[in-house]
Amino acid sequence: MGSTSAENSNNGSAGVGRRDLIKRSAALGLISVPTMSFLSACASSGGDDSGDKAKAGKKTAKNPLGVNDTAQMEFVLFDGGFGKEYAEDAVKIYETNFPKAKVKFSATQKIQSTLQPRFNQGTPPDLIDNSGAEQMDMGVLVGKSQLADLTPLLDAPSYDDPNKKVRDTLRPGIVEMGQFDGDPVWIMYYAYTVYGVWYSQKALDSLDEQYPETWDQMLAVCEKAKKKGMAGWTYAGKYPYYLPFSLYPMIGKVGGVEVLDAIDNLEPNAWKNPAVKACFDAYYELYKKGYVLKGTPGLDHIQSQTAWAQGKALFIPNGSWVENESANVIPKDFDLAVSAPTGIDSSDKMPFGTIWASGGEPFIVPAKAKNTAGGMEQLRIMLSEASSKNFTSKVKSLTAYNGGTDGITLTPGLKSGVAALEKAGDNVVNPRLQDWYVQLQKEQIGVAGLGEMMAGRLTPAEAIKKIQGYADAAAKDSSIKHYKHQ
Amino acid sequence: MQHGKYRFIVGFLALPLGLYALFVVWPFIQSIYYSFTDWTGLSPEFKMVGLDNYRRMLDDPIFWKSLQHSLIFALVLPVVTISLALFFSFMINVGGRKRRGGPVVTGVRGSSFYKIVYFFPQVLSIAIVALLFAFAYNPDSGAINSILRGIGLGSVQPLWLGDPSLALWAVMAVLVWSTVGFFVVLFSAGMASIPADLYEAALLDGAGRASTFFRITLPLLWDTVQSGWVYMGILALGAESFAVVQIMTTGPGGPDYSTTVMVLYVYQKAFRDGQAAYATTIGVALLVVTLAFAALVMRLGRRERLEY
Repeated sequence: MGSTSAENSNNGSAGVGRRDLIKRSAALGLISVPTMSFLSACASSGGDDSGDKAKAGKKTAKNPLGVNDTAQMEFVLFDGGFGKEYAEDAVKIYETNFPKAKVKFSATQKIQSTLQPRFNQGTPPDLIDNSGAEQMDMGVLVGKSQLADLTPLLDAPSYDDPNKKVRDTLRPGIVEMGQFDGDPVWIMYYAYTVYGVWYSQKALDSLDEQYPETWDQMLAVCEKAKKKGMAGWTYAGKYPYYLPFSLYPMIGKVGGVEVLDAIDNLEPNAWKNPAVKACFDAYYELYKKGYVLKGTPGLDHIQSQTAWAQGKALFIPNGSWVENESANVIPKDFDLAVSAPTGIDSSDKMPFGTIWASGGEPFIVPAKAKNTAGGMEQLRIMLSEASSKNFTSKVKSLTAYNGGTDGITLTPGLKSGVAALEKAGDNVVNPRLQDWYVQLQKEQIGVAGLGEMMAGRLTPAEAIKKIQGYADAAAKDSSIKHYKHQ
Repeated sequence: MQHGKYRFIVGFLALPLGLYALFVVWPFIQSIYYSFTDWTGLSPEFKMVGLDNYRRMLDDPIFWKSLQHSLIFALVLPVVTISLALFFSFMINVGGRKRRGGPVVTGVRGSSFYKIVYFFPQVLSIAIVALLFAFAYNPDSGAINSILRGIGLGSVQPLWLGDPSLALWAVMAVLVWSTVGFFVVLFSAGMASIPADLYEAALLDGAGRASTFFRITLPLLWDTVQSGWVYMGILALGAESFAVVQIMTTGPGGPDYSTTVMVLYVYQKAFRDGQAAYATTIGVALLVVTLAFAALVMRLGRRERLEY
């Protein structure tokens, strides 16, 4: 008992020990690894620019983009909150218009895992809804010339009215959002999202209050709510980049659009603008006075929306998807409404009603697709009034098509969104940080800056200093592509 | 007998080693290769950039933060998990009092029940465990704060995952909870193979529980503990820590970068920021850390093997 066996002891004469053998075979395996030139041909094995593009069809009044009516068209949709029915309906129209063409339609949540290899091989589909958690980085796609310019689509006659270009049927900001630098339009945003402060009109009525237009009124409403045992605000504490949905348009209202543009352009000291400080101070006051629902920094978006729908808090910064996303927790008599953010006072640069609205569901046509004309034609069909109405009535969201709400019954949130857009008129702001600099917007400004401030761990001055530091670092970082407002 | 031995053994090893080379060694070499390029991961074009990615990594404060957290994971998690597992399995297998007519060496009362209970979390996928705890840590209506309120500690309502000084520990606690059961079972199996007469001799000499543990159980179990240690360390550096941080934490990786780990950073760079080459660079750093960890544990833990 207890005898020891030293390693490699008695096998010297017995030929090769087990250990040696394994070592040698492993070495053999390594040597047999082929050369580096083979290496580069692996995960990124690039097909050469496909010579097998579909031939252009004849341009006619009915076919302004010159779609080849026998070519296959492949369409990959993100199967998310909006489902896939609206796209299937649009595909049916395409098939009716081009009966000889074969349409390959698929819907997936895994956009990146499905499509990234196909971009790497140079064989992407003709139309993609590049959305969801697995969205492919647009800046990189544009930077690497992977996307087709959609200008031919925008300049084509619209589906409903041959005398009107597609471009002229869209809501404000949609075309600009699809540009990165210069004129080409790379992305067609199909859905239209209204951001702002969401609340229950019923709860506000029960406090005998109107939606506050100045910050003093806001504090008064919160105080009243607090006395009734209700918090003023809650937000997605684990994802504090929801706060900008009401904070950024507020900064725009207080200081003018130039302040937001300077922030987007990563200009030096953009965050040091007094309007930014005023708005940060205002939000910090919500925390200081105890108007933010207790425990909010530990809640995720669903948990915070649930607490809000249960009436634990009055206001929440969010986007118009909240009506669909929290449909199962929002009570029937909630009377959901959205408002443009409250400003500071009457000296603000822009009027009350200034709101953030922008496109969602980004559709792209890859440059290396075989049938780019087909992909664009499919988009042209989707941007018709009928398809737009179909989308709005099915998924409770507006589309990029300007109008398309007449004659259909709107849900309370949607109705209030349309009213807010009407009130805003031209005062629609569109901050771009969240699509230009994702890391900066989400984990730096959002989590490390605003999140810390609203949890009371940073003062507004400290938060601004920290965020300015991140923005300066992003401006200097040569590994990310930089953009400017046109 | 020597004749044909090589051919015989190579014949058996060729297939597994070939598979290993193709699916393990080959991807390693590929990612090292990509770490010298500027590949985005979204287009087939890229060019060599030499050591740029490595230079950038050394200047990247988030990389250093994630490295620091990964090292904390790799050091603290094995110590805590394995100590707990050793304690539990000792109590289950050896720590009981002698009962009349029973065997000399036995576990505490109900030990077979405990064994099942400890193993239970292992049955759940780590994603489900992380989600469950994300709910439990909810400061507003989660189980933990509700219990605190229930026992009259309404004034102690931490933000858990929302608090930078607690978040990392809250995440680690989940990993301990979910992995300790596996090691209890592993160590129990090891202890079952230790001959009972050793314990009997120790008992006759008047050894208590503690000295039995440190002088008999632990030395005879050393090999198992050591491999458990490496396994736990790799798990803490790799997939498991990614899953819990990604699913549970603010951001994820927050608040204020307080929970970001290397695997999460690799993922974010590759699949969020479209910087696949830089992600592979961090992956290479992770590989170095993991190998160093394994080598260190092997070296520190080298002892003569006892045979019984």
